[in-house]
Amino acid sequence: MSGASIEDHTGLWVFIEQRDGQPARVSLELLGAGRILAEKLGVEVTALLIGDDVSTIAQELISFGADRVIVAEDPVAKEYRTEVYADIIVEQALTGKPEIVLIGATCFGRDLAPRIAARLRTGCTADSTELDIDDETGLMVATKPYFGRNLMADIICPLHRPQMVTVRSGVMELKVQDRKRHGEIIPVDVNIKEGDTRVKVVDTVRSAPDGVPLEEAEKVVACGMGVGDAEGFETVRELADLLGAQLGATSLPIDEGWIGEDCKIGQTGKTIRPKLYIGCGVSGAIQHSAGMINSECIVAINTNPKAEIFDFADYGIIGDVNKIIPALIKQLRTLKG
Amino acid sequence: MDIIVCIKQVPATSEIGWDPKTGTLMRERAEGVLNLNDKNALEAALQLREKHGGHSTALSMGPSQAEESLREALSMGIDRAVLLSDRAFAGADSLSTAYTLSLAARKIGSYDLILCGKESSDGMTAQVGPQIAEFLDLPQLICATEINIENTSVRIKQKTEDGFRIVEAPLPAVLTVEREINQPRIPTMDTIMEAYRSKEVLVWKADDLGGDPGLLGLEGSPTQAKRVYIKQIKKGKVTMLDGEPDEVAGKLIQTLRLKGLL
Repeated sequence: MSGASIEDHTGLWVFIEQRDGQPARVSLELLGAGRILAEKLGVEVTALLIGDDVSTIAQELISFGADRVIVAEDPVAKEYRTEVYADIIVEQALTGKPEIVLIGATCFGRDLAPRIAARLRTGCTADSTELDIDDETGLMVATKPYFGRNLMADIICPLHRPQMVTVRSGVMELKVQDRKRHGEIIPVDVNIKEGDTRVKVVDTVRSAPDGVPLEEAEKVVACGMGVGDAEGFETVRELADLLGAQLGATSLPIDEGWIGEDCKIGQTGKTIRPKLYIGCGVSGAIQHSAGMINSECIVAINTNPKAEIFDFADYGIIGDVNKIIPALIKQLRTLKG
Repeated sequence: MDIIVCIKQVPATSEIGWDPKTGTLMRERAEGVLNLNDKNALEAALQLREKHGGHSTALSMGPSQAEESLREALSMGIDRAVLLSDRAFAGADSLSTAYTLSLAARKIGSYDLILCGKESSDGMTAQVGPQIAEFLDLPQLICATEINIENTSVRIKQKTEDGFRIVEAPLPAVLTVEREINQPRIPTMDTIMEAYRSKEVLVWKADDLGGDPGLLGLEGSPTQAKRVYIKQIKKGKVTMLDGEPDEVAGKLIQTLRLKGLL
């Protein structure tokens, strides 16, 4: 960044994504993750809240770990638009000089973060799965799956500020709210007019969520290619229904068209941390496991005793899912009467 | 409607080396293929050209063998191809890659749209598209599942977590496209022959692009891989449940009940 040295930058900022005044869950998760990093560095956590008429949630952000909330409110920022949000954040970052900026890797976060990084000529690590501070250098170390199977990289941004990362929803744990926390709320001016921006939002359509979102589900039954065919897949769906679990999948069943893209778990899909995960015919390759490794109890059913999933499962069953799942369904039905 | 499509050659397999000195991938050693997501961007460009006329250019940065991916783009029907290949570009992160591609777009000069695929299968950052837009000071519309050109503006259907938006920007603009936007065409033997016989892949080096040499390649990359390693996932010792299907099903149900999960 021009005219400012690395030492001038201090503090950790979290961009708060909100829709209709509701903060995105990932933003709250990042406040908690940010607190841990900030405490290691001995700095404050600042939440950057942008929108129209959103200051009502500032106190909630403090309760999730923010020391300060910068609130930029204006009708021009009602709907997320790249240029409007990037302009506001860059203006604040140039004066506030944070050393770290965390952004949720949502659709809009993945749109916004690289644009800001390019304008500030700094580095942004996309989809980090772990964040830490290096004891010696004080640099943020962002871990991310690097390429294909099991290869991980620790990425640093030593000579540019702020150090930026995006993190997907569900990767960091949601911390318990502390309603007694105190913090400072700082309203700032928005110096952008409607005519200054090039992009228009013509329409926004939201489909009603189909049950609990996968990322927030307490139980998930995941389907891999080991189920064999569409019929095997339907049996897995039945098991999920009986358990009151959400249905997830590795990428292959999605490519086969058995189930929609929103059910994908893993590196290019969702990250989950349910209390119970049951993998049916899931091999456990990193593309999938990166998104479910933090599940509390992992059950694996697979014909191949060498499948990677048995390396990290809590309970393993070696056998044909198309025999074991019907047996489970039969007994669960009997239990339910 | 002149369109630039940015494409990337990615390693075909996941068995790839990395250079411990620079922490970057050793792409030279791996067999390369055209990034799957980029085929949707190429197809989108071809469909727009069919509807609105104009020229299409495929643009890629990479080692000399990335020419093969550009030939594939040409065999799909793209008019011309430009390869940015120079030692000076090596080791680039997304910022430096986007900067280099933006210099090439400026050199190409005339364009209404720059299209990119959703993300590469190796880096998986999805950052290059938005960063090209920033370097060229253009509006960006990402995650397109439909593209419509209306006079001097572009309107897309933008996929979001919980639905979609219709967003619009004046041309020129940078777009990234989702996989479901189309079904990429498969080149025929004739178009493949044509791509090799009568179409050209221009090769541009750092000197051809101008710009700030300090923003190219490894030197121009703010992010560095400090360490690349194999992740050993060993959560604990697995308890195996054995027996006939009915027996293991019973054991599992009992275990889950004891843990309060049923």
